[in-house]
Amino acid sequence: MELFINQVLAGIATGAIYACMALAVVMIYQAIDHLNFAQGEMAMFSTFIAWQLMQWGVPYWWAFLLTLAFSFAGGIAIERMLFKPLAKAPVLTNVAGFIALFAIVNSVAGLTWDFTIKQFPTPFGSSPFLGSQLISTHQAGMIGVTVGLLILLYLFFQFTRIGLAMRAAASLPESARLVGINTSWMIALGWGMASAIGAIAGILIAPVVFLEPNMMGGVLIYGFAAAVLGGLTSPLGAVVGGFLVGVFENLAGTYIPGVGNELKLPIALALIITVLVLKPAGLFGRPIVKRV
Amino acid sequence: MSAVEEVTSEAPAVEAVPKRAMTLGYGTSLVVLGLLIIAPMFLKNFFVFQMTMLLIYALAVLALNILTGGSGQFSLGQSAFYAVGAYTSAILMEHMGVNYALTLPIAGIICFGFGFLFGQPALRLSGIYLALATFALAVAMPQLLKLGFFEHWTGGVQGLVVTKPDAPFGLPISQDRWLYYFTLVIAIGIYIASVNLLRSRSGRAFMAIRDNEIAASAMGVDVALYKTLAFGVSAGITGVAGGLGAIAVQFVAPDGYTITLAISLFLGMVVGGVGWLPGSIVGSAFIIFVPNIAEHISKGLSGAVFGVLLFLVIFLVPHGARQVAIVAQQLIGKLKK
Repeated sequence: MELFINQVLAGIATGAIYACMALAVVMIYQAIDHLNFAQGEMAMFSTFIAWQLMQWGVPYWWAFLLTLAFSFAGGIAIERMLFKPLAKAPVLTNVAGFIALFAIVNSVAGLTWDFTIKQFPTPFGSSPFLGSQLISTHQAGMIGVTVGLLILLYLFFQFTRIGLAMRAAASLPESARLVGINTSWMIALGWGMASAIGAIAGILIAPVVFLEPNMMGGVLIYGFAAAVLGGLTSPLGAVVGGFLVGVFENLAGTYIPGVGNELKLPIALALIITVLVLKPAGLFGRPIVKRV
Repeated sequence: MSAVEEVTSEAPAVEAVPKRAMTLGYGTSLVVLGLLIIAPMFLKNFFVFQMTMLLIYALAVLALNILTGGSGQFSLGQSAFYAVGAYTSAILMEHMGVNYALTLPIAGIICFGFGFLFGQPALRLSGIYLALATFALAVAMPQLLKLGFFEHWTGGVQGLVVTKPDAPFGLPISQDRWLYYFTLVIAIGIYIASVNLLRSRSGRAFMAIRDNEIAASAMGVDVALYKTLAFGVSAGITGVAGGLGAIAVQFVAPDGYTITLAISLFLGMVVGGVGWLPGSIVGSAFIIFVPNIAEHISKGLSGAVFGVLLFLVIFLVPHGARQVAIVAQQLIGKLKK
């Protein structure tokens, strides 16, 4: 029983990473209706910016805020320059665009900061949390920030005019335009917010997985899986999905014989597909009703 | 990538090329065919090898094109089918001493069965969810191939070395050239079969499902059967390509068949034009040569150069090579007037 509880706790700790990333994935999916494959790389780039600022002697929280501002502006710039012209292109062409962006960001980061692993500081400290060896204060802080972010997003989308406008632009662009919403800028805003949330995720994850250009590869796969598991239309689902994937991955690694680190990912993905076959819209997603 | 149902709906059916312009299409294909036959005679062995890979990837892109362009189902799992085909051929040749040419149909049939079975659970998924399911397959495949349980057959992480076949009947050409022409004949055969498949009753059923699944089922198309069939056919062709790839590269190892391969094939399809079969070879050329060109331009930034080139292509021609072909046809049509 002890082992079980410990493994669940450890799972929640890693799950927090996935939840953070999944939240960013769902945000951009809400705004632009595509899964952004380059999301992880954008987050990695933002994290490097924060690291660079700290190397130059900027205090942690200032670096944090500057990075958020930079990521927000960067997200909008990427949308305006690269993806707005592709708005009318086929969906698969857009996906190819994400792959191209992935390659560019990864390669530029690799050349600028090279591929050696870097330490990243944490504001929460890394002592054991509440006497448990499995969750450090950093991981507890990470869970706290993720939940806080979720609440803020909920408030933003439910109770502000601009949040309402963004929801309108995403669900019915035609009608939204007719009531005077600038849908094109709402999409750009969505990119900016997703990029900023990605930056938060990156900064929180970096102390755990260490900073390097490929740090997001594995995390993004789990983030996607968590987002799809929870239902791509629901930010809450993404966070719950993240924790579920983390816990399940750990339990499968502990209790199913023969599953080492190598098979953790396939097993986690197999679980998700099983869930999807039973509930095709994810755990919390709205089923899409098609008009004939 | 969501709503993949819309993905191809704007892509006209294969036969939609106007009759008058067909001469251009035929002319170009004859020129390309001529080049494919003659060029290797004057090239060094290494370039012949690259052209063989060009044909092999073109087959794999074609297979994805039938699945996505034809039946509207998206797949990031093609590398898994490619791996199964490659390993089938390699194991049959190295462990059982089967002739290399005979391993290809077996690889095709095994992959067809595999794809058909995988298509069953995938039936309930569409769009982004199907993408994730196929993606999971692609991620899991290298790990499965490394399992100790299969190690006796697959060679585990080490992989298997495959012997390159000699030209038969004492023909005086190098192994590489022989393999090239062997691949060319198979590729042409599969291409013709695929074009005919898409023009047949089954092909029309695929496209009806792609354009509107509900309407298709109302017209009496067995949606479940044809969707899984599309997966099977696509996997089968990919399997043959994988088998050929194993023979050409003379080596199979789990890390040769990662998700990167599946993504490359996907890019090949987009660059060639989704749903346009002749575009497969253009797409294949893109994924084989452009990374090399990018490497030449800048070693450290090769990824960035590749990304920029890819962006250029999709900005200029969002519909891929197909768009170039359509524009060329219209231009020639105008000139004739």
